[in-house]
Amino acid sequence: MNARAVQTPPIAMLPEPAVIVAKRSFGPEIHAYRLRLLDPTARPRFDFLPGQFNMVYAPGVGEVAISISSDPDEEDLEHTIRIVGRTTRVIDDLEAGDVVGLRGPYGNGWPLRESRFKDLLVVTGGLGCAPVTGAIEYVFRRRASFGHVTILHGVKKAADLVHHSRFEAWRREPNTTVLLTADQPDRAWRDRSGVVTELFEEVEIDAGRTVVLMCGPEVMMHYAIRHLRGRGVPDDRVFLSLERNMKCAVGLCGHCQLGPAFVCKDGPIFPLAKVERFFGVPGL
Amino acid sequence: MTAQKPKLAVFKFASCDGCQLQLLNLEDELLPLAERVEFAYFLEASSRASDGPWDVVLVEGSVTTPHDAERIRKIREQAKFLVTIGACATSGGIQALRNVADVESWKQQVYPHPEWIETLATSTPIAEYVHVDAEIQGCPVAGEQLLRVLSRLLLGATPDLPVASVCAECKRRETTCVLVARAIPCMGPVTRAGCGAICPALGRDCYGCFGPAADANPASLVRHFEASGLSRTDALRRLRHINGWRREFRTLADALETSRD
Amino acid sequence: MSDASWGGVTQPSPGHPEAPPAQWLPRAQLQGLLDALLTRGYRVLAPVVRDAALHFDELKSVAELPVGWRDEQGPGRYRLAHTDASHVFGVVHGPGGIKRHVFAPREPLLQIEMDGPGQGFRAQAVIPAPPRTALLGVRGCDLAGLAMQDRIFLHDRFPDPHYAARRAGLLLIAVGCTRAVATCFCASMGTGPAPSGHYDVALTEVEDGFIAHTGSDAGRDLLAALALARAGAAMLGREREAYASCAGSMQRSLPREALRDLLYENLSHPRFDAVAARCLSCANCTMVCPTCFCHDVRDEPSLDGASSLRVRDWDSCFNPEHAQVHGLNFRPHVRERYRQWLVHKLASWVDQFGASGCVGCGRCISWCPVGIDLTEEVAAIAAAPGARS
Repeated sequence: MNARAVQTPPIAMLPEPAVIVAKRSFGPEIHAYRLRLLDPTARPRFDFLPGQFNMVYAPGVGEVAISISSDPDEEDLEHTIRIVGRTTRVIDDLEAGDVVGLRGPYGNGWPLRESRFKDLLVVTGGLGCAPVTGAIEYVFRRRASFGHVTILHGVKKAADLVHHSRFEAWRREPNTTVLLTADQPDRAWRDRSGVVTELFEEVEIDAGRTVVLMCGPEVMMHYAIRHLRGRGVPDDRVFLSLERNMKCAVGLCGHCQLGPAFVCKDGPIFPLAKVERFFGVPGL
Repeated sequence: MTAQKPKLAVFKFASCDGCQLQLLNLEDELLPLAERVEFAYFLEASSRASDGPWDVVLVEGSVTTPHDAERIRKIREQAKFLVTIGACATSGGIQALRNVADVESWKQQVYPHPEWIETLATSTPIAEYVHVDAEIQGCPVAGEQLLRVLSRLLLGATPDLPVASVCAECKRRETTCVLVARAIPCMGPVTRAGCGAICPALGRDCYGCFGPAADANPASLVRHFEASGLSRTDALRRLRHINGWRREFRTLADALETSRD
Repeated sequence: MSDASWGGVTQPSPGHPEAPPAQWLPRAQLQGLLDALLTRGYRVLAPVVRDAALHFDELKSVAELPVGWRDEQGPGRYRLAHTDASHVFGVVHGPGGIKRHVFAPREPLLQIEMDGPGQGFRAQAVIPAPPRTALLGVRGCDLAGLAMQDRIFLHDRFPDPHYAARRAGLLLIAVGCTRAVATCFCASMGTGPAPSGHYDVALTEVEDGFIAHTGSDAGRDLLAALALARAGAAMLGREREAYASCAGSMQRSLPREALRDLLYENLSHPRFDAVAARCLSCANCTMVCPTCFCHDVRDEPSLDGASSLRVRDWDSCFNPEHAQVHGLNFRPHVRERYRQWLVHKLASWVDQFGASGCVGCGRCISWCPVGIDLTEEVAAIAAAPGARS
């Protein structure tokens, strides 16, 4: 057999140069980078759903998997990046005008089209919650297409609430409930204290018409799942955004496995019913 | 990186200079490196030495005297990013054998004027005195690893050296396992990768000069050695060697010694 | 080798009534087969004895084949010995097999030219251009391993162009096993001892020659050049007996049915603690496995900062950093890494790729320095299901 006999496969691994057009910081560790592809004709290949991610490339250094936090209808692609590792520390130093690489989008998104006219319950925790902020913005830009929106967000320390102004804006949306809680509130904290799952006591959940979007520490998701089951929300209506080590993003390098799932290509958004057997087994 | 070249300094403590030589031996890459960095302090290469602060400091050797202990603290104050290089700097080196011996009696035996010798009872890694930003293990370090670390630092990125064992390097280069195929008691399964698996490729055992791999399980390997007929004395020699003061090897050696008595 | 044959179409096994007639290749004519390959411009890789084991190296003369050699294998043990036997393929296998010639241990993926810090860059794929290659002496387990790697690297949404380029020109000449070593259990995994599927020619070594089966047009074309006689019915009978006796001699096995559920239901089994006390987490089992595909992807920047080579190299779920993401390690302990390997190989692999990731070659048993035996681990879990640590 000669080389031509093999179908020419798409070269999936080529990063596309993109310039940082704006950088907004949310505290010292989190920055949102608005990126514009240097080749605008490449943009259609980057059409995405909220919840999907790109591999963001610091030239010569490496790639990190980062969810896309902008709206799918915008030309620019925004990535909210938390500075935590070898590669993100390099991205930390980049400013507007600097060039990074992008390849993607990878994985699947939140089931937002399928959730039209349903109630949404968003449960998030921790510093980043980038995978859900894009989804929330998406919903509010299409407010009439969704029912009641409830956002429960928990942080450890009051200072961890980096998206404060966003939550304030969401609070003002119609037919929307936003509840915030801090495990260790400070004096300026005006919201609830305690862990995020305690907020469940305060909200009404119409189990028949609610879709749940969750993102945050896995232990938080566990407690939330227990609670949601108690409230009669079926597992196939609960969606989790999971995080694992990703090197290739296309299900080849093997690093992101959780049981039979490749988090990069089968996720990062999973219906609970699909990962339930493995999610929560320590060290899996 | 600013227009000004970053300043590189190389310091030596108790050591044989072999790791610095690995840097000098990078003949082809030395000129490109000099284009990118200013060798601000590198006595092995040039007597011209300039004061800190330095962007990157490479430290060879272990701390064996009160003077060393003082000197490394001063260097740390002037170092933006401090990398220890080699077994001496990262584990105390072969001279850390003194740590389990009677230093006073050695002094009396070795030196005509032992009263002139001012030394600590131990030889210890740099990290026991100051914060270390990265380590390059090995006796000596591999030139390829030095370059990998420097190339990344020049891009503003921290090092990404492998932490797993030598075995993967043997398999990648298709060296037959000397332990499995020739029953040679090889330390490769518990030794950190980075050398390119030189020794097994020559048909001999790895003797652990790159120090322990992350999460190494030397206890299981030594059980296997002993079950295959290696004496306790020979097993201990493999542990109390160039990197014998590293916790992973030291605690096992201590336990084996105790259980023998 | 046709596209279809590695697109999932299974060739009939030797001796199968629908198989094209088998032919007789006298041992003296093996050089003729090699010459036919060389004349057709193939680089021929075949098992040779080197460095105390069997490795696939370039072959110019059949005299370089391991005539008379035998391997003896056991948990953590591999020895070669020379005998008076005239068998050419008496050694079952070595540590490496053929995987490295398709899924390379180190593969450059991209060449990236950089304009300077913060500036633009251009990335270009690096596609290997290996010489046209024939693999001679491929065992059933390794054929099954190759078919599985094809499934992983070629038949998903993002076919891998680097693997595809190495795979494209391969001609496969299999050799069935008429002798098993103590660590073999291919019969229980359905991958041997007779080779099935995915070959161009399959040979069975009996007495002073080989029964040759063809599995593709390329294979038929190759044998046609040698003008061989048909293998007689008696010969084919002896072949069947040889395979049956080899299968019967295997000392190890894995249950194929119910293994997936058994492992899924025993993720907290105390056996994983026991094995972690022995496991060196040295990655040898994954490096010698014909199906393991984990690889690291990283940039190797040049010293002058003007370019970077993106490479992948064989990685392992036993590497402490395998499941690490920004400082958080999802599998912090060796017990979890061994469990990942075993449960992936024998259970979640079935969900991912439609079949077990184990081909029964037994290499992970032989080449584990401390002789950990997955069949023993599975048996221990099966003997006490439901136990929790």
